[in-house]
Order: sequence, then C-alpha cells, then structure tokens
Amino acid sequence: MSVATAPEPVPAARHAPFQPPGIVGQLLRRPLALFGLVVILAIVVLAVTAPWIVPFDPNEQTFDGLTLEGSPLAPNARFWLGTDLLGRDLLSRLLYGARTSLLIGIAANGIAVAIGAFVGIVAGFFGGIVGAALMRFTDLMMAFPALLLAIVLAALFHPSLWIVVLVIAMVNWVQVARIIYTETRSLAQREFIEAERGLGAGNARILFRHVLPHLLSTVVVWGTLGISTTTLLEATLSYLGIGVQPPTPSWGNIIFENQTYFTSAPWLVFFPGLVIILLALSFNLVGDALRDILDPTQKGRH
Amino acid sequence: MAAYLLRRLIQAVLILLGVSIVTFLLLFLVPADPARQIAGRSATPAMVESIREQLGLNLPIYQQYWRYLSALLHGDLGRSYLQRTDVSTLVWARLPASLLLMAGGIVCELVLGLTMGLVAALRRNSRLDQGLMIASFVGVSAPQFVVGILLLYVFAVKLNWFPIGGYGSFSQLVLPSLTLGVLGAGWYSRMMRSAMLDVLRQDYIRTARAKGLARLRVIFRHAVPNAILPIVAMIGIDVGIFMSGIVVVESVYGWPGIGQLTWQAIQRVDIPIIMGVTLISACAIVLGNLLADLIAPMIDPRIKLR
Repeated sequence: MSVATAPEPVPAARHAPFQPPGIVGQLLRRPLALFGLVVILAIVVLAVTAPWIVPFDPNEQTFDGLTLEGSPLAPNARFWLGTDLLGRDLLSRLLYGARTSLLIGIAANGIAVAIGAFVGIVAGFFGGIVGAALMRFTDLMMAFPALLLAIVLAALFHPSLWIVVLVIAMVNWVQVARIIYTETRSLAQREFIEAERGLGAGNARILFRHVLPHLLSTVVVWGTLGISTTTLLEATLSYLGIGVQPPTPSWGNIIFENQTYFTSAPWLVFFPGLVIILLALSFNLVGDALRDILDPTQKGRH
Repeated sequence: MAAYLLRRLIQAVLILLGVSIVTFLLLFLVPADPARQIAGRSATPAMVESIREQLGLNLPIYQQYWRYLSALLHGDLGRSYLQRTDVSTLVWARLPASLLLMAGGIVCELVLGLTMGLVAALRRNSRLDQGLMIASFVGVSAPQFVVGILLLYVFAVKLNWFPIGGYGSFSQLVLPSLTLGVLGAGWYSRMMRSAMLDVLRQDYIRTARAKGLARLRVIFRHAVPNAILPIVAMIGIDVGIFMSGIVVVESVYGWPGIGQLTWQAIQRVDIPIIMGVTLISACAIVLGNLLADLIAPMIDPRIKLR
C-alpha cells in the first residue's frame, strides 16, 4: 500500500463545457437511462399522434360503455383498458391525458428553469443590492412547502390549463435559482474569468462567451429532473380537483373523477397511476444519469 | 456557537416576517370579497359595509397589515368564513392527529430508507443493490395519492389486513404513515447507501477490521452510527415535505388532521383556513431547517459553523 502524496486532482469536469454528441452516447450505454429515454420517447410519440390513433373520442359516452347496472366495464377486446364512470374509453382518455400532462410538465418546467436561471445569473453575476434582494426573496420562497403553495395559488385563482402551468412554475423556479446562483458565483471567481477581465473583456462578453456556456449542463440536468417534479405536481393538483378541469383529461383528474369506484373498478386508478409513475420515473432516471455524466461532484437531494 | 445561534435566530425571524407579508399579500390577490362571503348571499349592501368596517378592509394597506401582524403575534389566525370559528381553534383541535401521522411517517421512512440503503451498500453492485436503487427511484417518482390508493386497494380491500380508513387505533395508522413515508424512504435509501460506502472506505473501519473484530460488529458499532448521524440531522427538513404530503394523504384516508381541514377549506374556498395553515407550515419549515442546522454540527463535529 502506498502513502498518497499526490495533490488532490483538480475537478476539471466540474464546469466542463457542454458537448451533446458524447453525452447522448454515454446515456445510451446506461441501461436505466436508456429505459427512461425509450419510455419518454414512446409517451411523446403517443401523445403527439393521439388524435389519429385513439380508438374512441375521449369524451364520447359510448352506448355500450357501461354495464346494465351503470358501472364501468373491465378491460376487454373492445375497450382495451376498460371504461370510466361515464362509459368513456379509458385508453383514449389516457392518450389524450398524455398530451395535457406532458404539455403542462414541460411548459411549467421550462418557465421555472427560465425564471430560476435568470434570477440566479443576475444575482450571482452582477450581485449588488438587486442580487442580494433577489436571493433573500428566494430564501423566503423556500420557506413555503411547494405543494401547499401550489395548492393555495391554484385554489385562489380559477383553474385553467395555463393557470396550472403558471402556478407550478411559480413554485418550482426557486431551487433552480439557488443552484444557478451558486454555480455562477463560483464561476465568476475563477482564474480564467479574471484573466478575461484583465484582457479588457466587458461584462457582456464574459457573460455570453464564458459564463452561460458553462451553466448549460446545470440547465440541462434541471430541465430534465424538473419535468418529473412538475408532472407529479400537475397530477396531484388535478387529483385534488384544482388542476386541469374535467372533461379535459389529465392523468391526475382521471383518478380524481373515478376514485369512488376504485374498489369495484381498480383499473381506473391502476392504469393512470402506472403511467404517471412511469413518466416521472423516466425523467428522474435520465436526469440522474445526466447529472452523473455532466457533473460527477454534485450528488444528493434535489 | 452563541453568535452563530443568534445570527440564525435573527435570520429565521426575518424570514417569518417575510412569510407573513407574502401570505397577507396573497389574501389581497384573492378575487372573492371576504366581507360579501361572510355576509352571505341575502345580505344588504349596508350589512356588507358594516362587516367591511369591522374587518378594517377600508383602512390603508399598511394599517391592515399591521392589524394582521399584531393579531398573528397574539396567536390569532383569523376566523373561518364558513365554520364561524377561530382558525387557531380549528387547527389546534386537529394538530394531534397530524403530528401522530407525521411521527408515523418519519418512523416508516427511516426504517425503510435506512435499511434499504444499508443492505444496498453492503451488497454493492449486486442484483439486490440495483433492485433496491430502482425501488428508491420508483419511491420518489410515485405521487402520494397513487401510493395511498394502491396501498388501500391491496392491503385494506383485497387482503383485509388493515381498515379502509378512520382514526384512533394503531392498525388505522399503518397505511397512512407508510404512504407518507414512501417518498422520504426513497431519498434516505440513496443517501444512506452513499454515506455507508463513504464510511466503509475510512481508515478507522480498516483499523477495526484489522483488530480482528467480527464483520457485523464493525458494521453496526463503527460504520452505521457514523453514516446515520448526518442523515438523521436532516429530519427537520422533512417537516416541510410532510406539510404538503398530509394534505394528500389525509384526503385519501379521511384522516382528521390539518391536511383534511385544508382540503375541505380548498373545496369551499375558505381563505383564512388555507392561509393559516400555509403560515403554520412555513413556520414549521423555518424551525425545521433551523433545528437541522443546529443539530448537525452538534452530532458531527466535522461540520463547521458558518
């Protein structure tokens, strides 16, 4: 056994520039990330092509969709995943629900990452009173429990699809802002930025040529992991009846509408529950793999 | 230590002050007119006006905030529009049920999470390790209402091991606690795994092994306590996650706690209750974080106070 005298290796990968081709290759070599990518791709394709592939109109209450006693039908040859409490085809509703859930998940997370990145960069790069005020406000927002704050906001405003998107974004930008702020601060203090400044580069050049490209990997990781959080939040709000309003199907409100039947018709909770978990799990698996690849030093809770 | 404590306390108070401003402003954004809501549909304009006067809704905004804040400092969270009772009375009556549920949730997430993480670390890179880590990913990706309904279906409806709902006996506590704990178990198992792998690499573990101690003794006397301590210090932070979780879990199981109170208030747009619970949750989170920050350096001297 040797006594280690070598200096600590410099964590070069910490702020490694973002190189897409290599990253995709590395993702495909990880079984879990590959699984996640395939599931995401499948759900996206099904959601986009939903109008052409659904067996029934998602809002059509089919004449043979209920038993004579008026209860939902179990999965069968005509209705592959069964029917819901109003005799509508569950598969068709799930496929259309994928559109709602994906749209809200991606849009809400996109807005959250944009706000978070903007706040984090302004506070981290320019600092000053504005920066300090922004970060104190971020601290303040962190004192509110995310889901509860979303519930409050959604309950206060009349829920519509875009209100749900905004509510989720308002709750989720905070963590991104904190992380981008820390990254920007540590970047701004590094030697190559000092050197640039010494060479006479202005703020704009440093920001766009050096700081932003180095933040791209963080944005990509959070842009992926965050979608998992936002889709779960959407499902929960819709389940509580303050998210997407029926008859527009979303995976959460399908369970909300049908939960009184769950003892006699468990498929009405099982299938939507399964797709929610699959989608959130896939974005988590891909996001976690991306974090591993792009930034081996940063791990833990998010 | 004293200076650090004082600074953290002042920070906490400032954040709570900010929290009160945010909740107050949210009340202002509400489209519904509280005076009209309290008066009911058949009220005359004069009645609405007198309620408005009584609530101080005609005062300038800073005076209204001052009234709101001084009421808060006296423990007055306002009155429920519809139940005609003080919010603090309602919350106080339901607090024990929620605290019991949270305690159950903490036990479940720790027992599940720490065991899974420990086993995964000891069987590193085996099939079992991979399976457990996939399970932990599923745990953090499953919405609590889905977990709750599935557990209800399997263990209460099909197997009949536990009652479907209700409050009072131990068997009624099991499924809600488990539902609340699944998310944290997912996080804790991953933290425990990496903490154990870290600790097992340390010199003092090698020394203990070299002394000829039995493998189990090394693991449970020397490795596990060192891996667990920094993780347990974070329990305070879970309070925030639980404050959100109880709304969902209590509505699934009909658990008569603060979460159900909130859920019912949401259905009826009873703003004072919603705001009161939000405020209490924020206080709980600030306190939880403060505790986590104070406990961590006490049990792990390697953490430096900043």
